[in-house]
Amino acid sequence: MRRLSKLVATAFIGLFFASSASAIDLTVVSWGGAYSASQIKAYHEPWMEMNPDVTFIYDESAPEGVAKLRAMSEAGNLTWDLVDAIAADVIRLCDEGLAEVVDVDEILAPAPDGTPASEDFGDLLVSDCLIPQIVYSTVVAYRNDVNEWEGRLPEDICALFDLENFPGKRGLEKRPINNMEWALLCAGVPKDEVYEVLATDEGQQMALEKLGTIKDETIWWSSAAEPRQQMADGEIKIGSSYNGRWFDLINVDGAPVEILWDAQVFDIDGWIIPTGLPAERREAVIEFLHFATDTQRLADQAKFISYGPARMSSAPLVGMHAELGIEMGPHLPTDPNNSKNVFVYNFDFWADYRDDIDVKFQAWLAN
Amino acid sequence: MQKLRAFLLVVPLLLFVLLSFVGPIIDMLFRSVENYLVSDTLPRTVAILDDEDVNEDWQPSEDLFSALYVDLAIAVDVKAHTRVGSRLNYERSGIASLFRSTGRKLSGIGSRDYAKTVKSLNPSWEGIEHWQQFVAALENANALPNTTAAFRQWQRDHAARRTDVNSLEPQDVLFVVLVEEALSVGEGRLAAIGSPHSDNLAEILANAAAFEPIEYKEAFLGFDKKWADRELWVTVSLYSSRLTSGYFLNSIDLKKSEDGIEARPERERLYTKIFMRTFAMSIFITLCCLVIGYPVAYLMANLPTKHANILLILVLLPFWTSLLVRTAAWKVLLQEQGVINDILVSIGLIGDLNRLAMINNQLGTIIAMTHILLPFMILPLFSVMRTIPPSFVIAARSLGATPVTAFRRVYFPQSLAGVGAGMVLVFILAIGYYITPELVGGTNGTFISNRIAYHISSSLNWGLGAALATILLAVVIMLYWTYDRLVGIDNVKLG
Repeated sequence: MRRLSKLVATAFIGLFFASSASAIDLTVVSWGGAYSASQIKAYHEPWMEMNPDVTFIYDESAPEGVAKLRAMSEAGNLTWDLVDAIAADVIRLCDEGLAEVVDVDEILAPAPDGTPASEDFGDLLVSDCLIPQIVYSTVVAYRNDVNEWEGRLPEDICALFDLENFPGKRGLEKRPINNMEWALLCAGVPKDEVYEVLATDEGQQMALEKLGTIKDETIWWSSAAEPRQQMADGEIKIGSSYNGRWFDLINVDGAPVEILWDAQVFDIDGWIIPTGLPAERREAVIEFLHFATDTQRLADQAKFISYGPARMSSAPLVGMHAELGIEMGPHLPTDPNNSKNVFVYNFDFWADYRDDIDVKFQAWLAN
Repeated sequence: MQKLRAFLLVVPLLLFVLLSFVGPIIDMLFRSVENYLVSDTLPRTVAILDDEDVNEDWQPSEDLFSALYVDLAIAVDVKAHTRVGSRLNYERSGIASLFRSTGRKLSGIGSRDYAKTVKSLNPSWEGIEHWQQFVAALENANALPNTTAAFRQWQRDHAARRTDVNSLEPQDVLFVVLVEEALSVGEGRLAAIGSPHSDNLAEILANAAAFEPIEYKEAFLGFDKKWADRELWVTVSLYSSRLTSGYFLNSIDLKKSEDGIEARPERERLYTKIFMRTFAMSIFITLCCLVIGYPVAYLMANLPTKHANILLILVLLPFWTSLLVRTAAWKVLLQEQGVINDILVSIGLIGDLNRLAMINNQLGTIIAMTHILLPFMILPLFSVMRTIPPSFVIAARSLGATPVTAFRRVYFPQSLAGVGAGMVLVFILAIGYYITPELVGGTNGTFISNRIAYHISSSLNWGLGAALATILLAVVIMLYWTYDRLVGIDNVKLG
């Protein structure tokens, strides 16, 4: 009996020390797959090497991040320390008070030449809660081996709506965002008036009518892996996805596919700090963020995935792909050759109109 | 005594189920009518709107904007203004950004000068303790109710966010409310509060000229012209009650308006259509499962055990494969460049340009879901059929019944319990199905669960998601009840 109690006591003491030591586990939520891998290689592994007391726990729940954070906040049981989210969701999380408002100049490193972080990120700071990491784009790609196209290749975004010259199935995301903008552009609305027009009922109607011309020829995707597979199988001939997915399909799988950079839609992905972290964890997270979002680290990430670093100062530092040995610069959405005609996602507009237009879009789809 | 003991034995399980299952479900369903946010965040604005008739010639008054300023300023301090903005944005696009941008500009309204002046008259106003004692004195003397209410609400909102209320810095808005109310009440009635607080107030009154009156309406319209929009105020007024029918109306394609409830325009009608589709397709899938599953179950029940077991394993095999893998496999088989189309083209049955569209539509959903749900039909059927003695059919046959009659009048009625169980099981599973319709449903094969998932995880409109889920649950319970009345649930055998 005495031995047993001794054992129990020792165990308790051991537990006590294990938890009171300076070691800290940080739960980082991201998207999984190649994207998480690029983050781990560029940010987390170097940081753990420098800080042996920090251990990262990787959670791949980012696709349900918004809902889960809200549920955690309501239950008063926050188990996440750092969350990766797309800018539109960051705006929502910020509005709901689920993400912490951050002063980027205070917590993030300045550029090597001393430019403050807020200027280095520039226009990408679309929400008070966002700590930007990458610029990605939703972009159209096409197969270059379609017989029926008789050697013609798409040159601008409106090829998407041109069934005569470019027949075949399309792949588009099952949501209004991006599709409505492209439809209006090809219905003749000037680029700088698109959102103005889209705010009106007639404008929404016009966009849906334009999309209606290809509705029967479109396979609507809800996960970005779908168009990639469908393009590889030839199930779709032209369609949209994230530029990183197309990069993989073209350069890793060697599929006969090319990216049509015209009217690519820039979007931003970044970190948020959940509201209500205990001081000790918050401090550890901010220390990590200071490192993980500095100029060199953001440039490093582009070695592993073809998304553009969010800092202007990172661009000159982008090098070769770590495994493929391809110069990454020309494959980034931010490359001057690719960004001749960029469409910038209007976050404020979609934060306001997303739900309203989504109902109309879904009703249109269902008919 | 024994009964009590038996009950005590199940108490832990009962509590567990209540706490971890029934409770959360009720909590979630309650969100379909709950609407505390608007009136809790904008209490003064809502009170004024409630008393007004927001008709065609109505104009938002200075008082309304003054109330809105106090509500919003307190909300901005606890970051609740954007929450109420997104809540109202579900009903009218544009409100989210209006609240967000106004929140950023709100401190420019002149409140800072008020706070500065008061603090310069007597620096003790800077501390939270002074305010706490002051408000306590106000409460004792029943004076300055607006100031008291604003301070208490501000404190309460902070406490609800687990902030230490004793370490807060008094916000500018409190000074504005205090000064405006004190000036309007006048010195004579403030003496009752008692020293030293009445002296502090007298100081403020003595310097009345230092406080330039704030033009609220002008300031708000300067922030954004939308604040003059009557429709905006109609929306706030319609969705200000603590409980709302708005979510339920939305989920059956109706909406609240000034003139009562009205139908949504044709182009915005979505949910009734999807509900109908969900039910129709679920019924069809259930029938497909029955037609395919019945012969299989019959075969299994009548083969020698050795062979029946092999069949049973084949039926169970899909259970051991991931749902996603099974769904993806159907994609590979059915897509236009898929296995089945390739075979049909290669044997010349269809042309290369006329490949069949068998997936990303209703057909795809029906095929994939029938396959996935089939075991839930076969297993109850099998367990019932196994108990039907083969001698009954033999007896019927020897008494002169044709095979069809023997099946129809002897065998089938005995297997009805299994048919009922299988159909109820498959239908209820089908109606709430989510992942398969999302992946293979295309535009016309998605179910209501896909919309519920969208509202829970993407739009964060949990109220609407909860209303849709409540309707779904109610319909299932009604069907179950009807089934019980018609067939009797006691006759259902699951094994």
